[in-house]
Amino acid sequence: MTEEQLEKNFQDRIDAEQKIEPREWMPEKYRKHLIRQISQHAHSEVIGMQPEGNWITRAPSMRAKMVLMAKVQDEAGHGLYLYSACETLGINRDELVEQLHTGKAKYASIFNYPTLNWADMGAVGWLVDGAAIVNQVSLQRTSYGPYARGMVKICKEESFHQRQGYEIIAAMAKGTPQQKEMAQDALNRFWWPSLMMFGPHDSDSPNSGNAIKWKIKRESNDVLRQRFIDKTIQQAELIGLTVPDEDLKWNEERQSYDWGEIDWDEFYEVINGNGLANRQRVAQHKKAHDQGAWVREAAKAYAVKQKNKEVLV
Amino acid sequence: MSVDNNQGELWEVFIQSKNNLPYKHVGSVHATDKEMALQNARDLYTRRGEGRGIWVVPSQYIVASDPQENAEFFDPSEDKIYRHPTFYVMPEGSKNI
Amino acid sequence: MTAQEILFQYCLRMGDTHNVLAHRMGEWCTNGHILEEDIAMTNIALDHIGTSRAWLIYGGDVEGKGRTEDDLAFHRDERSYFNMLITELPNGNFADTIARNFMFDAFALLYYSELANSSDETLAGIAQKAIKEAKYHLKHSSNWMVRLGDGTEESHQKMQIAINEVWRFTGNMFEMDDIDQNLADAGIGVDCEKLKDAWMSTIVNTLKDATLTIPENNYMLTGSKKGVHTEALGHMLAEMQSLARAYPDAKW
Repeated sequence: MTEEQLEKNFQDRIDAEQKIEPREWMPEKYRKHLIRQISQHAHSEVIGMQPEGNWITRAPSMRAKMVLMAKVQDEAGHGLYLYSACETLGINRDELVEQLHTGKAKYASIFNYPTLNWADMGAVGWLVDGAAIVNQVSLQRTSYGPYARGMVKICKEESFHQRQGYEIIAAMAKGTPQQKEMAQDALNRFWWPSLMMFGPHDSDSPNSGNAIKWKIKRESNDVLRQRFIDKTIQQAELIGLTVPDEDLKWNEERQSYDWGEIDWDEFYEVINGNGLANRQRVAQHKKAHDQGAWVREAAKAYAVKQKNKEVLV
Repeated sequence: MSVDNNQGELWEVFIQSKNNLPYKHVGSVHATDKEMALQNARDLYTRRGEGRGIWVVPSQYIVASDPQENAEFFDPSEDKIYRHPTFYVMPEGSKNI
Repeated sequence: MTAQEILFQYCLRMGDTHNVLAHRMGEWCTNGHILEEDIAMTNIALDHIGTSRAWLIYGGDVEGKGRTEDDLAFHRDERSYFNMLITELPNGNFADTIARNFMFDAFALLYYSELANSSDETLAGIAQKAIKEAKYHLKHSSNWMVRLGDGTEESHQKMQIAINEVWRFTGNMFEMDDIDQNLADAGIGVDCEKLKDAWMSTIVNTLKDATLTIPENNYMLTGSKKGVHTEALGHMLAEMQSLARAYPDAKW
């Protein structure tokens, strides 16, 4: 078959909603796009452990500590599911980690914002995971089999995260005046960055064309962002918090909220390394990785010795 | 580019969720030895009580059919409908068969 | 001391022991040498938090003053903390953590296997759950003992140093004071002196597999039963309790 025929077969299968599996033929650009997207997604889960890990040692109750730890652990698990999916595309994890450390691979920019009070644990779960879920639910139908299956598993686990976050912020919103203040402060700081998580407006989104055609991405940034806003406003109102957007208004005709404009300068500044935590996040990952080098070497050396022994027997 | 920072080999993980159910492929883990592979699989795939049994196999030992050969590999069985019970005509009124 | 006070104190010792170790394991979160191990360590932390809660909740009940697990965990100073010294030792490098945990895990398995026969049903119940967890923890830590001990030259050295450093804190686990003796005699608590031989044989066997040697220094540190600790504990508690203490009226 010629390249052209292969490509046509491929697109026909995508159009027929079939999933593409690891060893099947795929356009090189499809493979590259997937590696970029899945690894970015994996790195986001892993780097996303840090802003929450930041509060594990200060969690204010035994229950809170337990739940937070279980949650951060899930993020690690999700990172692993995604690295696995990515590795089926013929790239190994060592290389992916390397790309994270050199800055070649990105992760979700939201994690470059610091977590400054306990209510942030609520805001991160409720808003950041909430936004991620909207995106991930959509990705359960993505065209690459291992990615889609990973998403199904992740979505199942992720729903506990959002509830855990909302529980924290709801409890604080009806707590002491200081707690309520912290809750509102957390919403103020995390609202806009959460909306930024969906990426640039569709009109400014350079990678969308092929991604939609190949059904890697199933819905556009703006559609997903609007869905998140529409479902979240009621949750904020219910617990008496104010969403920091003066232009926010229910639009009866559209049956949807109108809202203000994202500060795109801030968005690009943070993406380009100028958030409060950018340097710290990658540096910590690299430090843990480097400090663990001798452990990984030892485990490998031990395994080699064991194998040699088996051969001798 | 070839990077090796010793994150271990890839192992495929199969989980039996309940006694008497078949083992199902759930994903993979990295590990340098068998024990580590089992323990990593346990922590990653059975945290919510999903498992009663785990198999781990080094990915390199998995032999897979070639998707390019699907036509000759699988299609010939499609017209052998006589392998299914519904192919056969039973006398009217026969029961329990 | 009344029987009630004795039992309360006993619950604090074990509740604190697991709480402090859980905290140390939690500190590994995002710092593991590989993502899989990060999950393994937080899993162990979660087991210890669970066990700690069981002890502290029961302690609060026994005391009868309405103190919750959180009152007990977050509102006592280091001089009123009674965790085994070994559990508060800083994580150090991975070998230090493994050495510390291995020594404790080997103890915990023996301890809970005995406590499962306690005439106190709650304690027997805590023990039955904890046995399974301790077995797994011991498997995890002893596997790593062997991997690191018999891995590279560097890991072997680090592992041996770690064992040497932690060794003088192991005697504290087996100490028996009046409280322990009283409860052991009553068939409620465990006579830890009697666990020592079995513990030592676990240690000897694993160290042999790991090509490591038992330290010669036999001086054992003490103090935890009177609330005397290394300086590391105060820093841990300052961090652990900061939020809970800054807003004592808040419910989270």
